Amino acid sequence: MENESITSLTREEVERIAVLAHLSLSDAEVALYREQLSVILAHAARLQAVDAGGTLPPAAVGRRPVLREDEPGATLSREEALFNGPDCDAGCFRVPPVKAME
Amino acid sequence: MIALCDLTAHEALDLLRSGEITSVALTASALDRILAVDNDVCAYLTLTPEQALAEASAADALRRAGQDLPLLGIPVAFKDNLSTRGIPTSCGSRMLDGYVPPYDATVVRRVKEAGAVVLGKTNMDAFAMGSSTENSAFFPTHNPWDLARVPGGSSGGSAAAVAAGEALLALGSDTGGSVRQPAALCGVVGVRPTYGLCSRYGLIAFASSLDQVGPVARDVTDAALLLGVIAGHDPADSTSRLDSGSDYTAYLARKDLAGLRVGVLQSHPEDGIQAEVADATRRALKTLRDLGAELVDVSLPHGVYALSTYYLIAPAEASANLARFDGVRYGFRAAADTVEALFSRARGAGFGPEVKRRIMLGTYALSAGYYEAFYIQAQKVRTLIRADFDAAFEAVDVIVGPTSPTTAFMLGERVADPLEMYRADALTLSQALAGIPAISVPCGFDAAGLPVGLQITAPEMQELRMLQVAFAFEQATDWHRRRPSLIESS
Repeated sequence: MENESITSLTREEVERIAVLAHLSLSDAEVALYREQLSVILAHAARLQAVDAGGTLPPAAVGRRPVLREDEPGATLSREEALFNGPDCDAGCFRVPPVKAME
Repeated sequence: MIALCDLTAHEALDLLRSGEITSVALTASALDRILAVDNDVCAYLTLTPEQALAEASAADALRRAGQDLPLLGIPVAFKDNLSTRGIPTSCGSRMLDGYVPPYDATVVRRVKEAGAVVLGKTNMDAFAMGSSTENSAFFPTHNPWDLARVPGGSSGGSAAAVAAGEALLALGSDTGGSVRQPAALCGVVGVRPTYGLCSRYGLIAFASSLDQVGPVARDVTDAALLLGVIAGHDPADSTSRLDSGSDYTAYLARKDLAGLRVGVLQSHPEDGIQAEVADATRRALKTLRDLGAELVDVSLPHGVYALSTYYLIAPAEASANLARFDGVRYGFRAAADTVEALFSRARGAGFGPEVKRRIMLGTYALSAGYYEAFYIQAQKVRTLIRADFDAAFEAVDVIVGPTSPTTAFMLGERVADPLEMYRADALTLSQALAGIPAISVPCGFDAAGLPVGLQITAPEMQELRMLQVAFAFEQATDWHRRRPSLIESS
């Protein structure tokens, strides 16, 4: 991995991350995050110096089997589940089309 | 003047049990205090006064009928990232403005079942990302000790409310210090429990391997009381521990600390410890030694990497957890002609600057080409930090040091410099990464009259030992009895 790209992000990299993160950003935000993320990542780059060769990441948070039998239980009613939906119709959440209409 | 709302919860419970006061009078006192000071402190996002008085009245009726419960009739507040059935829960973000949860978080349910009266929801940095409560989308909270300063964060509303008598107890959440640091800055007690001791079900997720709910209180007994109520296994949280909590207050009798080995960390220059904080910590260590404890130098060789480690792991988890906020099922919606555009616009407009910054950082750390070097490496260092604590606890029973490098800073002082803001958590991150408990207790004041917090860290599931040491320290000092002058003028 190239150290220059860690410490200083390009505008294109910031825009690519925004697309991956589904965040629509203004030009001013792209410029700001380019600068701020570069500073934060430069600080984080010090982790590369840690010799963690034989170390494993914490494999699992729970450290024990957490699966149980699937048992039917109480769930939200349709009305409750839809209550906070900003746009609902006929018992469903309504969203715009996947492709823009011609 | 001391009002009923300035009592600790255990003092108020004694008076409720002897019939000298009622929950209605106690709750009315807290509501009066809110009316008097919250225009300045801004601790609350949502208030539920009518409901609170009705619950207080029901608590009094239960007590008259001969019933008692651990928190019967005690007015409490919840941080706004804890789901409360029927009460708006915004998480401090425009993204969830107007969202009303259809269920209670497990910890909320337990506090209600213990008989508490709910006053409302407290302000916070949006999605618990921040160290000053200035990242709230609605307004900043002000420190009751000096209204020009921050209360800390992200549970700044809970800490400020308890400090100002606007609630007797509160719950916060601590991902990297978000209970302990505001507790220190507001002169109250804050606990981060062992990871998995308290259920995360209904806590709006930020970083799931780090998030823990914890109590904010005016003294150690109250913190122990509230921790005992919320601790314990919950089948609805797959990371909830099977070994549960206990009635911690029953064991808080210990007055001396003979035989206790207290680990003392040499601070790192990079921590930027304010001289008065270092002085207060030295005096506190002397108090512990006078109580019979033996002071032992310890080191956490990888502690210096905690900040970098945390600010990769937490944003990485946040970027995944916050993917659910897409403008479809709840929250903020933007006009768009395709579903892809809806996601991006709703998220771009609904999230605030710090949340977007962390989602970007986390997405980067998880993206192809950087995943091994950043995210996996951070996870490995996390293991090393945990191993450092395991080694240190071979030689000592608890580790003691400052909670926050500085006392409360000015509102606006660090907003433009994210890394500087992140340093406010420098001393609280390693415990979170290791999954071990820590408590902040008041241990002095700086020259400007701002509170200093002492942090006591214990091994996994040694909450009782941690609380006993904190209690012994508290009994030997009177820092926790001081109240902000704002109260006297209200």
